[in-house]
Amino acid sequence: MKILVAVKRVIDYNVQIRVKEDGTGVHTDNVKMSTNPPDDNAVEEAVKLKETGKAKEVIAITVGEEKAQETVRKALAVGADRGIHVKADNYIEPLGVAKILKKVIEKEKPDIVFMGKQAIDDDCNQTGQMLSALLGWSQGTFASKIEIKDKSIQVTREVDEGLETLEINLPAIITCDLRLNEPRYASLPNIMKAKKKPIEQLIAKDLGVDISNRIQQLKVEEPPKRKGGVKVANVAELVSKLKNEVKNIFFEYN
Amino acid sequence: MKLKTFSLNTINAASKIDLDIHVLVAGNKCENVCKEVAAIPLVKKVLHSDSSNYENYLAENLTPLVVKLADKYTHIVASANTFGKNFMPRVSAILDTSQVSDVIKVNGPDTFIRPIYAGNAFATVKSNDKKKCVTIRPTSFDPAPTSGGSSPIEKVDAADIPNISKFIRREETKSERPELGTARVVISGGRGMQSGENFKLINAIADKLNAAVGASRAAVDAGYISNDHQVGQTGKVVVPDLYIAVGISGAIQHLAGMKESKIIVAINKDGEAPIFSIADYGLEADLFEALPQFLEELNKLNTIQK
Repeated sequence: MKILVAVKRVIDYNVQIRVKEDGTGVHTDNVKMSTNPPDDNAVEEAVKLKETGKAKEVIAITVGEEKAQETVRKALAVGADRGIHVKADNYIEPLGVAKILKKVIEKEKPDIVFMGKQAIDDDCNQTGQMLSALLGWSQGTFASKIEIKDKSIQVTREVDEGLETLEINLPAIITCDLRLNEPRYASLPNIMKAKKKPIEQLIAKDLGVDISNRIQQLKVEEPPKRKGGVKVANVAELVSKLKNEVKNIFFEYN
Repeated sequence: MKLKTFSLNTINAASKIDLDIHVLVAGNKCENVCKEVAAIPLVKKVLHSDSSNYENYLAENLTPLVVKLADKYTHIVASANTFGKNFMPRVSAILDTSQVSDVIKVNGPDTFIRPIYAGNAFATVKSNDKKKCVTIRPTSFDPAPTSGGSSPIEKVDAADIPNISKFIRREETKSERPELGTARVVISGGRGMQSGENFKLINAIADKLNAAVGASRAAVDAGYISNDHQVGQTGKVVVPDLYIAVGISGAIQHLAGMKESKIIVAINKDGEAPIFSIADYGLEADLFEALPQFLEELNKLNTIQK
């Protein structure tokens, strides 16, 4: 079995986001960047399948600027065999990314594609589902547990009502929830070894797919600020404040 | 079968785009739901497609039906919950349009506001696609009124399905309490609760206030409470009138799910916890002392929530 894992480079989840004053976006200069957190779970799951002998090869792929390669390199350090970097200098919408991935998949013919369920920068939650539809494959989104069977995968999904289990045919797209597994850290020797693993570079605009953006970003602004920070001394004071503030909402008195 | 509340929020959001709203009800023996939808005054027509293939709303099965119907419409709108998030991008990809996800405000038929970076920034975006696929954040729109309408119900043939996925089971957590997504009061526990057993302190207050019980990811991951209680960037987004965060430090990812609440109360023994910076009322205290006291005070008050 062959596995493709898609990873994305995003602003690190611990960084406090700062919106640019001119409304064109958020500050990214000198800001720590990392792999999108659930993409780490995607890599981990693929590598585990290789370790248990279920998968023969794990390929990590990313779409993005030159530095996006770092995320592929990290995947190689935790156990992926080789990498693909599709170079794109500008932001590409999930639809465009899905088309690029489809193009690569037609050549590489993986049995499973793993990726995070959502990128924590644009919060779109689209790419996996779109890719799945374009390929006509099945999908297991928001996966917190998977079990590989002969020609299918049993996927447990995190849904609003609780947990849902599906059986989906291979080939399939799995989008990973943070609960799927505990991503490992790369050891130093493996980081060194990863430097020798090959990363093939492709150019997004040369792939012959329409990656034009359809959504125009008119403005990015800070959300309205909350006036917080008021402390109360004890429970009695808290309740008396709440009584005054929210009595119309839920308190009724005798 | 009953119409889910998030559908009412979605219908209201759609009415901000255009008033000519048709609602697709796809399911297995879902006539009752069709009648419910037909009574919603904002709805002009109900499209009813009945098939056992739609019973568990598998994305692979639902997509061909929505795509087939999409021809006649300028906008396709769904809720940005796990239902809409699952199938809408498939529809969008087949129609070759770029989806606008998780809209919190409709500025016009093609212009929308959506949160990015876990709600730390709001983006105003304009969709240049002819046909627009939009998912809306249900808690950002009031539910549409449910009675007084009588729109026609039109039968729609089921579409062919690809037969590549199968429903096995759903494990729903049953609760007598209000639904987390729509409750007027939410009380959540975090890592500070220290155990699942200790959530009984939270539950007692929830019972008193008729509140839904939430949790931080840390509490869910530690196994204190099941995943459907999670509030945050990758969990549920809640906008109650009152949100009480107990033993929650306030990671960015948690704040993303609750910071639009009207009143926020934080109880935490760490005075430096980030949750205090957004709380209207912060109580720096040991929760194991504060919660029983809080319950006692509430008992004195005769609280009833309607």
